[in-house]
Order: sequence, then C-alpha cells, then structure tokens
Amino acid sequence: MAAGGAVMSVVADNYFDGVGTFLTTSSNWWGPDGLVHYLRDHVIYTAIIVVVAALIALPAGLVVGHTGRGIVLVAGLANGLRAVPTFGLLVLVYVWLSPKIPINRHDVLFLPRGAVRAFVPVVLVLMLLAIPPILTNTYAGIQAVDPQTRDAARGMGMRGGQVLRMVELPIALPLIMSGLRSATLQVIATVTIAPFLPLLGGLGRPIADGAESAGGNPPMIGAAILVAALALSADGVLNLVQRLIVSPGVSGRFRSQPGVTTAPTVEAQLTVA
Amino acid sequence: MTSVWHYFFDHRSDITSWLYTTLWLGALPVVIGLVVAIPLGWLAYRYRWAYPPIVSGAGLLYTIPSLVLFLILPGILGTKILDPLNVAVALTIYAIALLVRVVADALAAVSQDTLAAATAMGFTSWQRFIKVQLPLAIPVIGAGTRVAIVSNVSLVSVASFIGVIQLGQLFRDSFNAPTHQIPPAVLGVILFFVIAFVYDLILLLAIRLSTPWQRAVRS
Repeated sequence: MAAGGAVMSVVADNYFDGVGTFLTTSSNWWGPDGLVHYLRDHVIYTAIIVVVAALIALPAGLVVGHTGRGIVLVAGLANGLRAVPTFGLLVLVYVWLSPKIPINRHDVLFLPRGAVRAFVPVVLVLMLLAIPPILTNTYAGIQAVDPQTRDAARGMGMRGGQVLRMVELPIALPLIMSGLRSATLQVIATVTIAPFLPLLGGLGRPIADGAESAGGNPPMIGAAILVAALALSADGVLNLVQRLIVSPGVSGRFRSQPGVTTAPTVEAQLTVA
Repeated sequence: MTSVWHYFFDHRSDITSWLYTTLWLGALPVVIGLVVAIPLGWLAYRYRWAYPPIVSGAGLLYTIPSLVLFLILPGILGTKILDPLNVAVALTIYAIALLVRVVADALAAVSQDTLAAATAMGFTSWQRFIKVQLPLAIPVIGAGTRVAIVSNVSLVSVASFIGVIQLGQLFRDSFNAPTHQIPPAVLGVILFFVIAFVYDLILLLAIRLSTPWQRAVRS
C-alpha cells in the first residue's frame, strides 16, 4: 500500500478522516497500485463474468420460456443458487481446482502471470450469482407475453423461431434487461472479494489489505466508496441502454397504453428489486 | 467425507460458537427488516406520493454492495468493522430495502372488493389492515421474505472476506492453512446450505400455517 502510505500515517480520530484527501490525491489514482488500475480490473472481471453468465442464461431462459418446459426445474435451480455461500464456494473451488490449472507463462492481457489459477474459480463461482436473475427474468418475461399476441404472430404465418425473435423477445426485453441489471450489480458488489485469492486485482484489493488492520483506513474506505459509485453508474448506464433498445411500443413511451406493459411474476419482481 | 467429519470433531467447540453467530446473523436482520418494512410498505401503499421516494430509495440502498455497507457503517454507528453488530445492521438495511417494495406491492395486490366488504362489515381501517389485508398479503410477502432470508445467509458468508468471526472462518482456515485444506471449506459450504435450507423451510411452514384458506380452496 505504498500509494496510501502518506495519508495512512495521519492518525484519524474520525473514521472518515483522510478519505477525502486520499481520493483527491492524484498519486493514489495512477500507477500499478492506483485506483484507476483497480477500477479497470474490477470492470473487466465484471464484464467477463456477466457475459459468460448471459451466454448460458439467456438462451436457456428463452428456450424454457418459449417451450414452457422445465420451468419447475429452472425455478428450483435458480432458488437453490441463491443459497450458495459465494465466499465459501470461491475458496473451495480455488483450493480444489487451482492446482489442476496449468500456470500461464505470460501475462494474459489483463491478468498477471499465474493469476489464471485464481481467475478461473472467480468466473465459475460468480457466474452462479449472475445466472439466476438473468435466467428467471428471461423465462418469466417470455411467459408473460400475452397469449393472444403470440397467437396473432402464429396466425400471420410466423414460425416458432420467428415468433421468439420478432415478438416474444422484444416484448420481454424490459424484464430481461432488468435481470441483466441486477446480475451486473451483484457481480460488481461481489467481485470485490476476488482479491482474497492471490494475484487478483480489483477494488477489493485495498479492502483485503486493509482488513488485516482492525480499524478503517482511507484506502479501504475510499475503495469501498468507489465500488458503490461503480455500481450506481453501471445501473445508470444499463438503464440508458434499456431505454435505447426497448421498442417505444413496448415501454409505453410511444403513447401510454396500459395494456402493453407486461405483468412480471412475483419471482421476477423480486429479482428485479 | 471422512476427513470432513474428522475436521468437525477436532474443531467442534470453535465451530459451535461460530454456528451460533451465523444463525443469529442469518435470521435476525430479516426478522427486524420485515418488522420495519411492513409499516414503510404500508405508507408507500396508502399514500400515492410516498410510493416513489420510498420504493426508489429502497432500490438505491439495495444497489449499494453489502461489503461497502460493512465498511461505511462503522463511521456512522461508531461500531468496529469486525463487530458482528456492524454486519447485523448492514444486513438489516439490506433486508428492509428488499422487503419494502414487496410489502407495498403485496398490499396493493389485495382485492379492492374484499377490502370494501370488510369496511361494509364495520371493520375500522386499523382492524381491516390487521385482520384482512395483511393476512391476505402473506403469500406474496412470505415469498419475498424467503428470498430475503436465503440471500441474507449467503451474504453472511461474504462478511468473512473482511474477517468477521462466524462460520465463514472455516473458509479462511481452509485458505490460510500452510497447504490449502479442502475439508473445512466443504464443511462450511454444507453448513451454510443447511442453514439457508432450514430457514427457508421454517418460513414455508409458517406461511402455510398462517394461510389455512389457501389449502381450503385447493382441496
């Protein structure tokens, strides 16, 4: 924690003393131990995890929602995954799996040498956190499509795939997007624990280092504030994306049509919360 | 599996005391959260102007990562970061944030005809709320509470990252051993699952017992 050394030496009698100074000192932002570097890693990790989770959960949710098969199984699975003690599973998977992963000889883009052993468990475990909201919101969104609308699409001669792509997906998009949003928020929040494993960065690094000392310290609290700021801005950005890609006819901004808003199930509303 | 048992018996006094901390950290925040969320949710349901600020405020709170709350609260409450009380308050805030919206929406979903009938029968608005509206909202509120308690137990494990002493300590022990040990981590994951499962089951039973009319209709 060379970057924060000067500030940390100030004895704080107020808990937040020094945090402002820490966050406004430019030397704390740049360099290999700087906040920009941690922030970059945090964003990259989050993006990879959410994309991997979406690649699994989106198609699965679309198929389950469209065919109506396997809903009980998927809902039960999603509920079970909620009970996963994320931190515990991360340690377990790391301790068990990492000796089996060959060490990479070079730095891979954003990972320092050897960090693959810790990064793979992080992706595997945090993926389990991101899958349930995307999966449940996707199938609930498709299921909530008015059957008459679906019948009308069939009646116009659309095939199953076309109905899914051109009718069900656009109508379910608001709910799917809120699933993606809550998945992203959860991953941003929880990827903070990644630096418990060796060689991994992200905004959890100053927190992990600071946790050894029982009190608070400016780098630790500063990083925590940045995690919150990142979560809020990611939510804002995804909200904007949602506004851009959801058809105005569906979102009701085109003209207020009380009939078009989809009625999310309780399950879906909860994951949106 | 045998090594997991051995680990458990060798460390049972530690594990038992951690278990107690984890049990109350897993349940109490949700119980208090529900007690606070019901009046807040009612307020949001009853007064149209109160709904947007209460529900979006709760949403905003829910956006703030739990780990961040663990680290910010000591500055506000004067607690120590590693104090279980600090974690309990953070988790309570989280539970309130999740449940307020559920309560408001559950109350709004109760049929207006039923409420009108209760009024016509001479219920005062307080009686109507306690004896008619709240009971009818139990299935939805209960479903939300089940989600809240299961996620809450999972969040308790995250608190081990900053070193709060509870069952999550098993994971730190697993990791900090000179050569990494698998048994404590396996034991920890199993115990956390069991706690979440048992709490979920208790809630499910409580919901069933308090809504006998649901089964009457089904049969």
